[in-house]
Amino acid sequence: MSLPETTSAAAGRGEDPFADAEVVLDVQNLVKHFPLTQGIVFQRRVGAVQAVDDVSFQLRRGETLGIVGESGCGKSTLAKLLMRLEDPDAGAVSFRGEDFLAAKGEHLRRLRRKIQIIFQDPYTSLNPRMSVGDIIAEPFSLHPEEKPAQGVRNRVKELLALVGLNPDHINRYPHQFSGGQRQRIGIARGLALNPDVIICDEPVSALDVSVQAQVMNLLDDLQQQLGLSYIFIAHDLSVVRHIADRVGVMYLGRLAELGTEEEIYREPSHPYTQALLSAVPVPDPTLRGQREQIVLAGDPPNPADPPSGCRFRTRCWKATDICTTQEPQLVSRPGVSQLSACHHAAPDWEVEGAPDDARRNDDSA
Amino acid sequence: MSEKTELDDAAARTDGTATHPTAPASSTGSAAATPDAPDPAGGSGGGKETEASLWADAWRSLRRNPWFLVSGALLVVIVAMAIVPQLFTSVDPGSCDLSKSRQAPSAEHWFGTDIQGCDYYTRVIHGARNSMIVGVVVSIGVFAFAVVVGLLAGYFGGWVDGLLSRITDMIFAIPYMLGALVFLNIIDTRGPIQVALVLMLFTWPTSARLMRGSVMSVVNSEYVMAAKALGAGHLTIMRRHILPNSLGPLIGYSTVFIGIIIGAEATLTFLGVGLQLPAISWGLQLTDAQSYVTSSPHLLLFPVIFVGVTVFAFMTLGDAVRDALDPKSKR
Repeated sequence: MSLPETTSAAAGRGEDPFADAEVVLDVQNLVKHFPLTQGIVFQRRVGAVQAVDDVSFQLRRGETLGIVGESGCGKSTLAKLLMRLEDPDAGAVSFRGEDFLAAKGEHLRRLRRKIQIIFQDPYTSLNPRMSVGDIIAEPFSLHPEEKPAQGVRNRVKELLALVGLNPDHINRYPHQFSGGQRQRIGIARGLALNPDVIICDEPVSALDVSVQAQVMNLLDDLQQQLGLSYIFIAHDLSVVRHIADRVGVMYLGRLAELGTEEEIYREPSHPYTQALLSAVPVPDPTLRGQREQIVLAGDPPNPADPPSGCRFRTRCWKATDICTTQEPQLVSRPGVSQLSACHHAAPDWEVEGAPDDARRNDDSA
Repeated sequence: MSEKTELDDAAARTDGTATHPTAPASSTGSAAATPDAPDPAGGSGGGKETEASLWADAWRSLRRNPWFLVSGALLVVIVAMAIVPQLFTSVDPGSCDLSKSRQAPSAEHWFGTDIQGCDYYTRVIHGARNSMIVGVVVSIGVFAFAVVVGLLAGYFGGWVDGLLSRITDMIFAIPYMLGALVFLNIIDTRGPIQVALVLMLFTWPTSARLMRGSVMSVVNSEYVMAAKALGAGHLTIMRRHILPNSLGPLIGYSTVFIGIIIGAEATLTFLGVGLQLPAISWGLQLTDAQSYVTSSPHLLLFPVIFVGVTVFAFMTLGDAVRDALDPKSKR
């Protein structure tokens, strides 16, 4: 799949344009382990799925942070943690300096207004028994103090127009809309309370390609108009490239690499990122085969029992002894402009003998 | 419908011919190019759009279901019998003439007469009320209780579910007919309410399990998560999101259940532990008829037909309602 590059991306920027912007969301060392238990009456804890482990990042105002990774790497768990739909085991999340995880009662309700979510599946994220008007008005009924001056119904119509739907369809029901239209309804609901941060949990993965582009352009436009910050979770690299300013690559619950869109896509330093990017199909058939594709051996390890040291080492062609013993931290490394969690981080797109050696370390798992 | 609409829409847009009559007066220019196409089915007219709720859809599909029409018509007649039996017969069910005992059906007595010489047609018509009271009271009571138990167990899960489900299982393990027999046997005076209460006590687990199951099927849906993310409380989520999406199967079953209970009441009464004379009931009529099956078969025939038709009507209606309320059965 190929999507047109935005002008901003094509313009090229090594520096992060949001470096000086206000930090709206500060995530520090977030951890979520789901316990695995055995036994029916007396449950015994036998381990834990390390869904999210030691994830830290900052989100600035007006910025889009893309989170990519394969299925099961903890992306969606991260979204739920940030929405407080799940409680993390450790770590800190602060929203504009306020501790989001410690917030309770009225304080939490107030903070919730500022962080909203857009879900992946537009067919299950809208209550089929509620009219579109009621769905988009629900935020106002839950937060009566936010009721718009012009009346809820008028505001709902405005929101419908804002997301490109016909305001006259306010009385329709979700099943009367197509997938793309439903996703727009979900976006309108997310926008109702004028949030600062919107977490997009794979918002276009369930849509077909032409509609994906429309929805992403809508998100882009809304960001410019309303100064929103997005955390954009996806498994589609080109989708993330299209919309993200900065990108975090997740592997097995940890961030492998975090940098600007330009840094990650032009000079990936983590072997996992390099492998991911090498797998993106080349839309131009004449260029096909010119770029080397890195084929990773094996499957992602069991998240309940991740490898020692670097979690990627069992599939990595660069792995050495240090990778087994020492867990690489997400820090800036010499010769690399972005943060990278690899002992051998280097922006070497053409890794020596990568495809052949990729299988070499398989037995050392 | 959705995919085709999207493809058509996308095609129209690339051609630059996407001019929908319903295009919004976008107050915010740059926001979102064109709206997605209105789907053909719903674009008929503005006035009808408020009628589009799933409940209205259910009603529309019910009206077209012949089984619903048949069972609905039958039930209207039976309910009318229960409420105003005088509409169907002007004879007092208490005026009997012993000299006319056990006469076969005739022009004067359509269903013949019973042992006491009463007009059997009148007696059977008047029997509808007690059956209906028991059936409806039990069904409503069980419905309310099952909604509460099923909702709490399915929504909260964990130990709440564990506790409620084990209690449900324990009652479920007792055959309700046996439990009702034992309990009713120790009650001396048994009217419709006593019979109803005992039946409720032993029959609620099936409904509660059904409700728990359908709550569990919606409790993890994304719209519930969206409501949680907005800060909705448990009560709001249950009332606004869980209940409307999980009641369908139970409503259908409760209608069927009225039929089951009417049959159960007749059975218990026939066995001598249900309603007592001088109450008029189909079950009591069957009890009286059992000694005369060969000589006066009409005594057995007419109450059996009425019980059978009533149970059939409720079961058919219940199935039709359940199908109409199931969103998956439509598309």
